[in-house]
Amino acid sequence: MGFLKVSSPHAHGPMSTARVMRLVLLATIPGLFSLTWFFGFGTLVNVLWASITALAFEALALKLRKRPIAFYLNDYSALVTAFLLGIALPPGSPFWLIMIGTGFAILICKQLYGGMGYNPFNPAMAAYVMLLISFPVQMTTWFAPQGSFAGDLLGPIDALRYCFGFGRDTVDAITMATPLDVLKQNNSLLIEDMWQESAQFGQFSGIGWEWANIGFLLGGIYLLYRRVFTWHAPLSMLASLTLLSALFYDGGSSASGGSPLFHLLSGGTMLGAFFIVTDPVTSAVSNRGRLIYGALIGVLIYIIRVWGNYPDAVAFSVLLMNFAAPFIDHYTQPRTYGHKLKDQQGGKS
Amino acid sequence: MRKIWDIHGGIHPAENKHQSLLNPIENAGIPAQLILPLAQHIGAPASPIVNVGDRVLKGQMIAEAKGFVSAPVHAPTSGTIAAIESRVIPHPSGMTASCIVIDTDGKDEWITHQGVKDYTQLSKLELVDRIRQAGIAGMGGAGFPAAVKLSTRDDKPIETLILNGTECEPYITADDILMRERAAEIIAGAEILRHIIKPNKETLIGVEDNKPEGIAALKKAAEGTGIEIVVFPTKYPSGGEKQLIQILTGKEVPAGGLPSDVGIVCQNIGTATAIYRAIQFGEPLISRITTITGEACERPQNYEVLLGTPVQYLLNKSGFNKENCIRLIMGGPMMGYTLQDTAVPIVKTSNCVLAPTVAELPPPPPAQACIRCGMCAEACPVSLLPQQMYWFARAQEHEKLENHQLFDCIECGACSFVCPSNIPLVQYYRASKAEIRQAQQDKIKSERSKERFEARTARLEQEEAEKEAKRAARMEAAKAKAAAAANAAETSKTDIIQAAIERSKAKQAESADPAQAAIARAQAKRDGGAEEESPQEKTERLQKLLAGAEKRLVAAKEKLALAQEQQSDNADAFATAVSKTEEKLASIKQELAAHEATLAPAKTPAPSTDSTDPAQAAIARALAKRAGAGADESTEDKTTRLQNAIATTEKRLVAAQQKLTLAQEQNDANVGAFATGVEKTQAKLDAAKKELADHQATLGANDTAEQVASDDPVQAAIERAKAAREAQANMSEADKIKQNIESLENRIAKSKEKLEAARAAGDDKADILADSLAKLEEKLAAAQQQLS
Repeated sequence: MGFLKVSSPHAHGPMSTARVMRLVLLATIPGLFSLTWFFGFGTLVNVLWASITALAFEALALKLRKRPIAFYLNDYSALVTAFLLGIALPPGSPFWLIMIGTGFAILICKQLYGGMGYNPFNPAMAAYVMLLISFPVQMTTWFAPQGSFAGDLLGPIDALRYCFGFGRDTVDAITMATPLDVLKQNNSLLIEDMWQESAQFGQFSGIGWEWANIGFLLGGIYLLYRRVFTWHAPLSMLASLTLLSALFYDGGSSASGGSPLFHLLSGGTMLGAFFIVTDPVTSAVSNRGRLIYGALIGVLIYIIRVWGNYPDAVAFSVLLMNFAAPFIDHYTQPRTYGHKLKDQQGGKS
Repeated sequence: MRKIWDIHGGIHPAENKHQSLLNPIENAGIPAQLILPLAQHIGAPASPIVNVGDRVLKGQMIAEAKGFVSAPVHAPTSGTIAAIESRVIPHPSGMTASCIVIDTDGKDEWITHQGVKDYTQLSKLELVDRIRQAGIAGMGGAGFPAAVKLSTRDDKPIETLILNGTECEPYITADDILMRERAAEIIAGAEILRHIIKPNKETLIGVEDNKPEGIAALKKAAEGTGIEIVVFPTKYPSGGEKQLIQILTGKEVPAGGLPSDVGIVCQNIGTATAIYRAIQFGEPLISRITTITGEACERPQNYEVLLGTPVQYLLNKSGFNKENCIRLIMGGPMMGYTLQDTAVPIVKTSNCVLAPTVAELPPPPPAQACIRCGMCAEACPVSLLPQQMYWFARAQEHEKLENHQLFDCIECGACSFVCPSNIPLVQYYRASKAEIRQAQQDKIKSERSKERFEARTARLEQEEAEKEAKRAARMEAAKAKAAAAANAAETSKTDIIQAAIERSKAKQAESADPAQAAIARAQAKRDGGAEEESPQEKTERLQKLLAGAEKRLVAAKEKLALAQEQQSDNADAFATAVSKTEEKLASIKQELAAHEATLAPAKTPAPSTDSTDPAQAAIARALAKRAGAGADESTEDKTTRLQNAIATTEKRLVAAQQKLTLAQEQNDANVGAFATGVEKTQAKLDAAKKELADHQATLGANDTAEQVASDDPVQAAIERAKAAREAQANMSEADKIKQNIESLENRIAKSKEKLEAARAAGDDKADILADSLAKLEEKLAAAQQQLS
């Protein structure tokens, strides 16, 4: 009769992986806008160049692995990695730095493990950490944000020239320590005094940083609304970070670790909470597991920021917890209908 | 307002129910042929009770239930049994199974049937039996025999009776339209069920809130009955039995358990209607309401369908357009299965035939990689982790799958529905379940065959061990005999100690390693074949023994002297040792002398040189022959030898007598010598004859000894030993025979007395006594013959 012989269910919902990825890309727009507004076109150039190289590396890897290239490029996962890495890198990073980053992320962290879905570590964060360790100078040179100095930001053309290195010297770019750096170096001033002394501090944290974080928060809320991920991991991460920073705020003394609001709106906090921690591939799978996973990332971020050697710590914390995700999964299997939780975990191997 | 619980997960697929609700239920009519599978329910297939060619009436049972979990099949209309054969049945695999095919006659003639006037007068058992006889199986989809579900045990009191009117699958409206049009029958059925089950708390009918008309109709019909219509939000898959129980009561059916474990019985509303008709009118289950829908059908519709009606018949009625349809689904879009053949019949569980267009349900796109987004886990109504199970299924990690409760998966399809990567998750779980079941069966099978194999191996080993033990025992006995034979064969018995040492050595060797065993065998062989050693060798051996004994004697004497000098307490012991050694030495010397004596004549072959003394020569020859032959001969050989010896001796005797006569006639000086020779030869002849007689007696006593002859020297030794032992035994045998003869003589004497007495008395027993006397005399004669 020529009827299709397929297994149920025959109906399918509207969601697709490509759609999920496109929504994630869409959700980065407010944060990207803030970054560009305050730090110039450097970030956009980062993202553009990272996207081109990431797609090229992805295509190369797929060709070498003899996989259908168009089919896999269409899932947008390489673009998501490129966007996240481009955003995380300092604006106006040199082209080779970005290329090494995307190459490492796509070829080694993703395709070498078997492609999308198989990577144990978040590719963007692994690449970020690799670059941070290998090229510390380039990775810690941030432009001063608009409003902290009297001058112009990097325009689109300048940003391109800066990125690709031709006429780099002719471009006037003012760099400044990030607020998290300033806080880390501070050991004599009260928080309030530090705020007065340094030009890069704004309303809650650094100028520009606070808006970039608010932008990513908005994007994250949008993704939550679209049910791309659940609230468990990001909320528990933000909650544990808030809790720790409140505990060690110390009334704003010179030994203070910074206020909760400062931590929530500094560095990569919001980008990490809504775009990195929520990466489904590398996080814990159950809701209970995700609560634990997110909370521990928040704890690690605070510990490394305040007592560690690096000013920011989202990438390190996420990678460390990527290691722990399978372990968390093992102990957080949800209770199945008709089972007692105790029996279920007793039966585990 | 009663509390409604929520189930985990769930999805909201497009309902598509309105299309088939535009028209009321239509009677589908009688197709030309009905195909009735024997297995339309869960459990054992029914067994046919009609033959091909039989005319059957509507409602007549044509196949009876086979076992407890089974249901009979009835003829849905009158007609003739056309065939009982394998036909394609509604099954995901498209397989064939036994069906009864009825050619309908269009008369629709009912068999005599009668309902129950007042079911409240009937016992639970009677009602359940009527339901069983009506062939009612769950009509919601699974087809579990209703009577089995209703056979609740008294020790498990039922709290709540639930009727399932959820119908959560998209497209299907069979229950919805049943509620709208036949609410009174549902309520009546519910009341019968309530009477059977007697729930001590409540009777509920659960309906999703997307069926307002059906709910209104039910509520109206249920007024005053105490049956509660519970309405809850629409969400797939609320209609699963376990899910509905959770929604209505908050209770969970324990894994591997039944609803009755938590005091609940659940039945579909369609089943309730069927039960109502079975009790009230005596009608068995012969028809059902089936939804024919999908955009490939011009007129989607609910039909009252006779069971066995081919799907094609219904599609034709609904204006089915084949061109737009690439898949035909039995059931709904979430849990239904595809049909390959439109000839398959509607059965008791067929609630829907879905014929969608390509646009409506497009073919599944290729699956992408799982990104572990967890949407499936969010959707799972039983709180599984489908994404994890998917990885385990791909890796065939069966143990992990079971730990992740694979077997609690109800295959509702919610996970596959939401999967952004289009992974056919349910298919993976089905396949894994099948793999695990297969593996379990294989395991049981292989364990059984392992047990069988081990039992066989053990049995064979035991047999082998028994054989080995017997063999070892025989070997042991043979060795012992060989040793004894060797002892006995020694012309001198002085070497007992030596023999004992040899025996103990042999014994030790037996328990030691193979090399030693070989040595022991060699020694045994030597012992056994001691007689075989050439005379020179024997001489040498004896001389060596003599030399050794002399040395020992000297040493012993020295020690004795020393001990006497020192006045040691051991002096006596040494003295004894010396005397013993002397004795031994003497015996060895004696043996050596005897041996040399036998050896001397043998060394000089035919005594032709000794022509002066023919008689002497003859003696010498005989001696030489005997010495040469030794004891190393079989019984036959011995017999022949002895006979030969007798023959030659007789000849010699004759010759000697002739010579003597001649010498006497010639007055020879040698007459005296000749006379002596004749006498000696005569004596020898007598001796030889006697020996032959003895030997033959031995042979008579034990034939077996002769039968075994072997090339093996050890074996030969054993035979010799046996012969020797038998000879000994024969001696005691003679005693026994003598005893026997005595007792026989006594008995004969007594018998004679009795016989005489009997004869004197003229008794009838006289003949018998005479017979037994004759027999005894025969025995006596035989014994006497044996003795002589």
